[in-house]
Amino acid sequence: MNTPPMKTSLLDRFPDLGAMRSKHPNSFKADPRRQAQIGVLVGSLIALYAFGLYYIGFSPLMLINGFGKFGIVVSAMMPPDPGSWENALTFIKGVVETVSMAFFGTICAAFLALPFGFLAARNIVSNALIHHAARRFLDIIRGIDTLIWALIWVGVVGLGPFAGVLAIITADFGAFGKLFSEAIEAADQKPVDGIVASGGSRLEGIRFGIVPQILPVLLGQILYFFESNTRTTTIIGIVGAGGIGLYLTETIRTYLWEETSFIILLILITVAAIDWISGKLRIAIIGARPV
Amino acid sequence: MTTAIQPLPADQNAQLQSAYSAMVAQKRRQFFLGFIIFILLAILAAIGAEVDPQKFAMNFWKFPRYFNDMTPHIGLLTFFDDVAEWYWGLGKWLKLMAETLLIAYIGTVTGAAFAFVLAFFASDSMSVSGWSKFAARRFLEFCRTVPDVTFALIFVVSFGLGPFPGVLALAVHTSGALGKLFYEIVDNIDMKPVEGLRASGASWPQQVRFGVVPQVLSNFISYSLLRFEINVRGAAIMGFVGAGGIGQLLIEYVRKFYYVDVGAVLIIIIATVMLIDFGTEKVRHRLIAMEGAR
Repeated sequence: MNTPPMKTSLLDRFPDLGAMRSKHPNSFKADPRRQAQIGVLVGSLIALYAFGLYYIGFSPLMLINGFGKFGIVVSAMMPPDPGSWENALTFIKGVVETVSMAFFGTICAAFLALPFGFLAARNIVSNALIHHAARRFLDIIRGIDTLIWALIWVGVVGLGPFAGVLAIITADFGAFGKLFSEAIEAADQKPVDGIVASGGSRLEGIRFGIVPQILPVLLGQILYFFESNTRTTTIIGIVGAGGIGLYLTETIRTYLWEETSFIILLILITVAAIDWISGKLRIAIIGARPV
Repeated sequence: MTTAIQPLPADQNAQLQSAYSAMVAQKRRQFFLGFIIFILLAILAAIGAEVDPQKFAMNFWKFPRYFNDMTPHIGLLTFFDDVAEWYWGLGKWLKLMAETLLIAYIGTVTGAAFAFVLAFFASDSMSVSGWSKFAARRFLEFCRTVPDVTFALIFVVSFGLGPFPGVLALAVHTSGALGKLFYEIVDNIDMKPVEGLRASGASWPQQVRFGVVPQVLSNFISYSLLRFEINVRGAAIMGFVGAGGIGQLLIEYVRKFYYVDVGAVLIIIIATVMLIDFGTEKVRHRLIAMEGAR
């Protein structure tokens, strides 16, 4: 706000805009080099897109045929129907299992990741080697998707929801570690300096100087991950790691479309409920503030 | 100027002290209650998810062995030969990885394009009518809530095996996820340019083009890049359900217990994901710097 408020119109200040334009033609033109750069960039992105469509065998006919079949599938899905009360109970049990997995996995991952978050934060561990090593370690864990972790854990503890829980813990451990370390690095250093200056130990500086600052941020992130894990966990059953995903895959593979749509409806309701609850919790914990 | 703080009279002090300790005690009680509820919920969740520490302790030794199985014996003297033998399928794997990236790219661009259009209809500031806003928001919500792999499962049935259902699934999910972020950005813009355009008789597309887009474009691109990172990970597992990319090969190797090949492919995936993350982070930082300079 260093320019004074403009009271006069542009034409009042520059009565002869036309003369100015003819005097300084370059100031009124866009930079041609920059325009060429943007043109080349956008052009190559479009070319890559076109090549990609060609590569994956896209054709309008295929689109029409596919959506024709998709329309049949969607109409077969109506109305959502579990088939029997027994099935409905099984599916609801699957959803409860899914939510349990997401909840337990998220909190375990958060507890395990907290020390690593501190280890990977530059303002806590000044040794560059240690915090870089911690960062890269977290990066590698994050590079593997939850579903791949689930495959690995199924090989270790066998089929079932426990493998899924372990997969969520491992995958989120990497993500939480990174987010936590960033939150810790963004914390204000002054309270720590104050505590240390008045005779507190380094650990007390972290406990009373940094933790109160980052706690609301971390809780917000944990809630967000719980929401997103509820979604992820619905598909983890595809590789046999528990939850509703197993039934979802089974009903789709056997073309039981009415049951499929019932399960999808169940997932939508669950996710909406979880979002609502965690929204309330978020406001209760960190106040009504956009995150 | 120095002034000594006058201590309060003893009776007033005691009153304040007791009020303070009552408040602290109440806060502690609240925290304790919340903590107990939290622990109870965690135990319930653990039971629901069949968490079994004994099973974990008995089987944990298999976890390092899994990683050991995934790496072949690599001798110091025959290092290059061993690595070359480990990566016997490098050409094929890299080609599939490129296909994976292409799936992620097309899915992201298509999804972002749909999100771009729908975001204006779904936003408070630019929506055309209450009805279209409601419809756009519910549609985006649906696309966002159903996981991309679920869409892929259904699309594989209607479009056949191959990368196309994977692209479509990513595009649908991306439009939902980005659409919400986009309309939140549009809701936070400075409305003055739009009002100026409206006052001088601009049509709705013109208001969007000259009033909104210049304000939001860098943020849109930044979020799309972030989504691209996520979609690369997503595209890598699309193959699990037959929707193209490197996941198809990965699940085949896992099912056939070709651990060494699983390890080789996993390293390719991790390296690619890290490279993409690194590259997009650089671009996003430049975009943010541009935003700050404006």
